[in-house]
Amino acid sequence: MAIECLVLGAGQEVGKSCVVVTINDKKIMFDCGMHMGYLDHRRYPDFSLISKSGDFTNSLTCIVVTHFHLDHIGALPYFTEVCGYNGPIYMTYPTKALAPLMLEDYRKVMVDRRGEEEQFSSEQILECMKKVTAVDLKQTVQVDKDLQIRAYYAGHVLGAAMFYARVGDVAIVYTGDYNMTPDRHLGAAQIDRLQLDLVITESTYATTYRDSKYAREREFLKAVHKCVAGGGKVLIPTFALGRAQELCMLLDDYWERMNLKVPIYFSAGLTVQANMYYKMLINWTSQKVKDTYATRNAFDFKHVCSFDRSLINAPGPCVLFATPGMISGGFSLEVFKQWAPYEGNLVTLPGYCVAGTVGHRLMSAKTPAQINIDQDTQIDVRCQIHQLSFSPHTDAKGILDLVKFLSPKHVILVHGEKPKMATLKEKIQSQMGIQCFDPANNETVSIPSTHYVKAVASDALLQSSLSPNLKFIRKCSERGSDFGGLDARTKPGLKVFR
Amino acid sequence: MEFTCLSEGKGFYFPPCYILDICGFRVLFDCPMDLSSLTMFLPVSTDSFTMCNGEITSRSCQKSMDLESNVYKRQKIDKPLDESSLIRSEPRYKIIKNLLLWNVSFIDVVLISSPMGILGLPFLTRNKEFSAKVYATEAAARIGHLMMEDLVTMHKEFRQVYGPEGSGSRQWMKWEELELLPSELKEIALGKDGTELAGWMLLYSAADVKDCIQKIQTLKYAEEAFYNGTLIIKAFASGLEIGTCNWSIICPKGSIAYLSSSVFSSATAMCFDYNSLQRSDVILYTDFTPCNGSNISNDGDNGSATADPNQSIDNVNWEAIADDYQEMEKLDFICSCSMDSVKAGGSVLIPVGRVGIILQLLERIALCLESQNLKVPIYIVSSVAEEMMAFTNVIPEWLSKQRQDRLYSGQPLFNHVELLNDKRIQLFPAIHSLKLLTNWQEPCIVFCPHWSLRLGPVVHLLQRWCRDENSILVMEEGVDASLALLPFSPMKMKVLQCSFLSGIQSQFSRPLLKTLQPRHVLFPEKLRQHIDPSKNLFSSSYYSEGETLNVPNLKENSELDIAVDLASRLQYTTLKQGNINIARLKGELAIEQGKYRLLPGTEQDVSSQIRPVVHLGRINLDALLTELRKIALNITVEETTSADGSYKASLVHVLKPNKATIEITKAQTLISTADKNLASQISETISSILDCF
Repeated sequence: MAIECLVLGAGQEVGKSCVVVTINDKKIMFDCGMHMGYLDHRRYPDFSLISKSGDFTNSLTCIVVTHFHLDHIGALPYFTEVCGYNGPIYMTYPTKALAPLMLEDYRKVMVDRRGEEEQFSSEQILECMKKVTAVDLKQTVQVDKDLQIRAYYAGHVLGAAMFYARVGDVAIVYTGDYNMTPDRHLGAAQIDRLQLDLVITESTYATTYRDSKYAREREFLKAVHKCVAGGGKVLIPTFALGRAQELCMLLDDYWERMNLKVPIYFSAGLTVQANMYYKMLINWTSQKVKDTYATRNAFDFKHVCSFDRSLINAPGPCVLFATPGMISGGFSLEVFKQWAPYEGNLVTLPGYCVAGTVGHRLMSAKTPAQINIDQDTQIDVRCQIHQLSFSPHTDAKGILDLVKFLSPKHVILVHGEKPKMATLKEKIQSQMGIQCFDPANNETVSIPSTHYVKAVASDALLQSSLSPNLKFIRKCSERGSDFGGLDARTKPGLKVFR
Repeated sequence: MEFTCLSEGKGFYFPPCYILDICGFRVLFDCPMDLSSLTMFLPVSTDSFTMCNGEITSRSCQKSMDLESNVYKRQKIDKPLDESSLIRSEPRYKIIKNLLLWNVSFIDVVLISSPMGILGLPFLTRNKEFSAKVYATEAAARIGHLMMEDLVTMHKEFRQVYGPEGSGSRQWMKWEELELLPSELKEIALGKDGTELAGWMLLYSAADVKDCIQKIQTLKYAEEAFYNGTLIIKAFASGLEIGTCNWSIICPKGSIAYLSSSVFSSATAMCFDYNSLQRSDVILYTDFTPCNGSNISNDGDNGSATADPNQSIDNVNWEAIADDYQEMEKLDFICSCSMDSVKAGGSVLIPVGRVGIILQLLERIALCLESQNLKVPIYIVSSVAEEMMAFTNVIPEWLSKQRQDRLYSGQPLFNHVELLNDKRIQLFPAIHSLKLLTNWQEPCIVFCPHWSLRLGPVVHLLQRWCRDENSILVMEEGVDASLALLPFSPMKMKVLQCSFLSGIQSQFSRPLLKTLQPRHVLFPEKLRQHIDPSKNLFSSSYYSEGETLNVPNLKENSELDIAVDLASRLQYTTLKQGNINIARLKGELAIEQGKYRLLPGTEQDVSSQIRPVVHLGRINLDALLTELRKIALNITVEETTSADGSYKASLVHVLKPNKATIEITKAQTLISTADKNLASQISETISSILDCF
């Protein structure tokens, strides 16, 4: 018997995470993401590899989505509403609550701003989400008679989970994205010691080792403070959820402490609404945030207000959170165009930007620089650029720690950059002696699986093996010469001595 | 496997309590206490000081009362029960007396199925001998924790009146005092059979509660907990209240489901997850709903008409929704009565202890007030009100589908969030808090503990409003109203008694069990009349309080998983007698996740080890003699029996070529000879007629 892993996305790259695992006729799709860097057919996983006939409902047992980031869920409405998959879908409560916001935000950006043909409509997003079964952490879900899945806390964003799946004696873990160190609003990933045949883990920071996060947070706050103190405007392009809330908690707290009065804006009503969800889902945040919710919910931001388009060129300093992140278009790009030419302003970039986005180009640029937005537009970037060096992904040490802790029989690396993954793969194989793979997209890895032969044991045998009758053994050993070293406990009947 | 019913309980607030002996572990189900027996005590009274001639200090007041009371009571033995008959002392709390018969250290696991089932737990956990692992759902533990904290806070008021712990609080427990009690109170104090006096305990402290909560391992619904590797324990939603659960225990011997009071469709709590209890070998049916009073009268008649034994579970769902409407109607009735009172200038007092009901009533009453344009404030007076309100809005995972849908649409789970922001609902920690005194307006609608009407803010508010005929008190059926209201008589205030659905109604029990497909069900003896065993596909037995019942053996043998690499190394030998293949095996026996596993173990190469040959089988004497003669031995046979008949042996004497004796008994065969060659010759012959491996 074997486990077959078909990597449809995030193989030796970051984007459109999608792995289809087959265990004893059960086919589970982990994540159904889209690639932000492409606009053609490459943005979706190649679903035709699952089923030639296109009957996905019968070819897949279920879909499991680890968290609400688009590179993990972006293709889901397309897969269910356009490709016609109609089977069960599982995700955690926060993911189910927040995913529609993410998808709708993306759809709007694509249609309203880029004028592109929409991949799926708002109604289709809602239809798709209706098919989703929400699960709680550690809740053991019996998908069907043989397949069991369970979510573990992954810490990456609110509601992110690692998923454990078991069919008979074969068990695997798919980590999704995770973070092994707690941050200001989320805890660290947590998982039980399990007996696993396979772990499929992300490897975004396959070779990076990071030091304390607090120092980096201070750096960020200092940069922002310096900018607003000089009367500049700070643009923080983020996705609506996750990073926005984390940074906002940081700033809100800092504003309070430093008694700053500079306004902090959220770009659309959307993000303010998102805070509402965060308040209800406070049990999925870090212990520290949880402990205080009864007196003051940490997501009741005091210094934050909504942004109005007319404020873009209003005088005076401000901090603005704008979607989407990585400045891949939409409102954040619009504001960026206006603010980038001024030296006093500041743009923060997340630690990771997908290739093809403006954010990615900025990361490698040295200001002042000329950045091509598209074929016709070029802007002078003179503003400061601050790269956020704290990231909700685990570093290499975290990956190794997790693999060591779980000690699976095999490891597959996904969601990373090819050369770095190769290094990590070497390390896992040589340090831990665990066989490790880093398949490219559309490759299949087949690994053997353990299983057990079923037998029936008498109570007497189990009893005597688990709690041996020591008195009896001593008696036997006293008469050891007679018994010739035979183990007399388990053998009733006749013995013959030569 | 043994099952003991320690207490059948008394409805929602006092769930039943059991001990199950399974796979050598003792599992205690719930540890409640009987708070309804608090009605025996006199509540703290705002005018209790004036009663003893204006003496201010409570201590002297206490003493003078003690002196007088004996004389006083003796005179009125046969008088009807009135306020003066109630016990004037710091109350004690009644725990389950049968639990006291057990050595606490012998309990291995405690499973808590509802917040009410936790209330007596600190009495156990504060015992130094207590070493059990306690499991409860996260929500039940949290709500239970708040309830206990509230209880401890409310009890402080008694300490203020009666002085520090212990002083005089045992006075009423003396026999001469007990003898003088009116029969109603005597029954509460001593129990029906007069054995329950030992169950009265001084309340635990806040530190005991904290310590107790720390000992609880909290679970999510359907989370697997492994106890000692042997038991797999899982909690599944029971629909009764937020966080309540049924338990599934799987051990290598089979599976057991603990079916507590469950509600099919709940407006707030996550609904009854019966599918997860399917195909258990044994169901412990612990829902006493049909015997708990009013539910029978409501549903008895139409119930029998709709109870079609062949109905599928889909029908059950549908009907359950129908009785959900019934529950809604009850709430609507409470609302309309409240509106009437408020309009007449009276206040509404709702000392209900069910979180789910309170949350629904808050929403509905606020809605009614708004639609009728009444500006009447809603107050919640409790030391834990603030925490409870905050908590209920951050637990979508524990709520019904309708409430979860509010999360998905970005609305708060309960309307009280907005109502609190608008100050239409106000929270006060205590009746004497400054915030209350400065904000108080009447008429008003008040939610507060405690439903026994002996503890907490309710006592003061009742004393204030009991003569106001426009005000209304909402209380639950199941509480002895005449006794509960005794200290407040004459009651002019209206009293609305209502019952809320708190378990499986008898007409749904059969289709439910049909869906669950158990092999055996243990029912309460009290339910026997509701069960028709002839129509059931499972066997059943009946238990009553204080009895221990043997649960039929689930499986003869346990399952054992053998690792494939180990199994492939086995070398089978076919036995001469019968069609049996046998093989020797050596491995490490492990028990993990409720399964026995045989693993190859750490020794490198098991197969290459030299192992002594083992012979198996019984010696057929005739066959042996034939074989021995074949190798040309001269033999005689002799049968011997010892004097007492315990020892029987066949002796085969070999005369030629050398002397030898073969002594054959059931247990062994012994060859004695001085000739080495002969010995091995005989041994081989014997081996040839035996199986060896």
